[in-house]
Amino acid sequence: MWHRLSNPFLRLNQRQRSLTSKGFKAVHAHRLHTGSAELTYSYYDGLYPGHIQTTPFQKALLAVGSGVAALQDPYRHDMVAVLGETTGHLALLNLRDRMRNDPEGYRILTERPRIRLSTLDLEKMASLPDGSFGREYLRFLEDNKVTPDSRAEVKFVDNEELAYIMLRYREVHDLLHTLLGMPTNMLGEVAVKWFEAAQTGLPMCALGAVLGPLRLNSSRLESLFTSLGPWALQNGRRARCVLCIFYERRWEQSLEDLRQELNIEPPPVILRASNKKNA
Amino acid sequence: MAASLRLLVRRLARLSHRSITSAAANVSCRSGCCLGPSSSRCLSDAAEDRNTHFGFETVSEAEKAKRVYKVFENVAQKYDIMNDAMSLGVHRLWKDMLLHAMHPQPGARLLDVAGGTGDISFRFLDYVYYQQERQKRRATGSSQSLSWQDISDKYPDEDRPQESRAVVCDINKEMLKVGKQRADSMGITSGVSWVVGDAEELPFDDDQFDIYTIAFGIRNVTHIHQALQEAFRVLKPGGRFMCLEFSKVTNPVLASLYDAYSFQVIPVLGEVIAGDWKSYQYLVESIRKFPDQEEFKGMIEDAGFCCVQYFNFTGGVVALHSGFKL
Repeated sequence: MWHRLSNPFLRLNQRQRSLTSKGFKAVHAHRLHTGSAELTYSYYDGLYPGHIQTTPFQKALLAVGSGVAALQDPYRHDMVAVLGETTGHLALLNLRDRMRNDPEGYRILTERPRIRLSTLDLEKMASLPDGSFGREYLRFLEDNKVTPDSRAEVKFVDNEELAYIMLRYREVHDLLHTLLGMPTNMLGEVAVKWFEAAQTGLPMCALGAVLGPLRLNSSRLESLFTSLGPWALQNGRRARCVLCIFYERRWEQSLEDLRQELNIEPPPVILRASNKKNA
Repeated sequence: MAASLRLLVRRLARLSHRSITSAAANVSCRSGCCLGPSSSRCLSDAAEDRNTHFGFETVSEAEKAKRVYKVFENVAQKYDIMNDAMSLGVHRLWKDMLLHAMHPQPGARLLDVAGGTGDISFRFLDYVYYQQERQKRRATGSSQSLSWQDISDKYPDEDRPQESRAVVCDINKEMLKVGKQRADSMGITSGVSWVVGDAEELPFDDDQFDIYTIAFGIRNVTHIHQALQEAFRVLKPGGRFMCLEFSKVTNPVLASLYDAYSFQVIPVLGEVIAGDWKSYQYLVESIRKFPDQEEFKGMIEDAGFCCVQYFNFTGGVVALHSGFKL
């Protein structure tokens, strides 16, 4: 058993030692998602910036540890992210196949778009008519006081393409809020998690979907189980793969139109963002 | 100037006697090895040209200091929690053993370099206070059969200020901040001062301190020889140098267990508790890059210390090196 443990350690060690002499990784021509928050090192160790090599033992430990940490403090988004990365391998493979089989999804996999404040043209989006996808997305960001740049970078996925899919999933999460009309309070988040669990099959979503309701009060729980929950699950199952949509080219499209195309019904209950901000 | 020349001559003399193979191959071309940096400093000032190790990476010396600073800036808030988690609380025992070996007496002046969050200094103050209480009790106890006048004369002067003083010196302001917060929460108002300073260039005069300690800090210093020389300079004659640091485990079974634990578990703990995998990866790698017990003992002797000895704790996971300036 120790042999199994020490062997990956040796391999890890040797890989790290061999990489110290290579400085050219920074200019590797491989099309990777760049623009992670800060590249403090001039070269990176691994398959993409921010990638950390881990043995299966370490991944298991990370999954357990991050799960416990995320349960203790749900505001630790980095722990939720790590849990998703360490447990989501099969679901990511499944997602990749779905994206490859879809023409638009395939284009996303080759072009690798990123949703960041620097790539969004906020003025143009603000000038779009109400009811258009771009305008509603902007309204969602303002009402809930969130920014698309707050997503943690992917660290523990050992395949560069799957890492991009994971990142895309995180970036699409906010857009899902807009599509589903859910705010970022606990109830809205749980509803989106139910949708995502049905759509993607990521264990982290399933875990969030099961454990999230534990923190809701009874009236919200009732709303969840009677109307929001079933609606989220049904739509999650029948909707088109949400990762396969090139959202960056559809800002002008009307929200209703996009919902129909994706096969998503409008929400049964209108939830508002928290009372501190007037819509 | 004369002192450093004397040291240089002494070091070169020692070098000629020592066999070159003992300077293990893995330390041959990095700073902090046989050819002391002060000699090469006279020859060339280009720190950017010379490379050293940052964990298992190779970086320029100028960059190493910056990267180490960043590591400790990131981990400062969770430093104490992580220490407890990584060592399962055993680091407290190691530090207690350091204090017992030190056995400081009331009136001693301690310089705690890389003292950061203040673990050693707080223990020092406790120890010295306890010693003082014991002395007081002994003094009053022996005066049972004296007259009232004699007894009141023997009572220690309450106005005399606490003579023992600890100076915590660290290059990293975040760590010192955390240390100060701890002192405030523990209610320690006097006896400790907090100074920002570089172990390679201490902001103190010669011959100032009775005891110099550096606990789990010296392996992060870029030029260890310089830190040792500075330690020699600021100690009073008769002063003691004490260094607590991770070292080589000799027992092969324990060593492989320790390695597996270090590389498999500690970075995971760093990610889960502190949200920082890379800093803790650096920390376990830097332990592997530090010289072993005998080699470090030689380095301390090179700096001019006498009666250098080391004690292994936990099978060599941690070693306490001690030397005197005579």
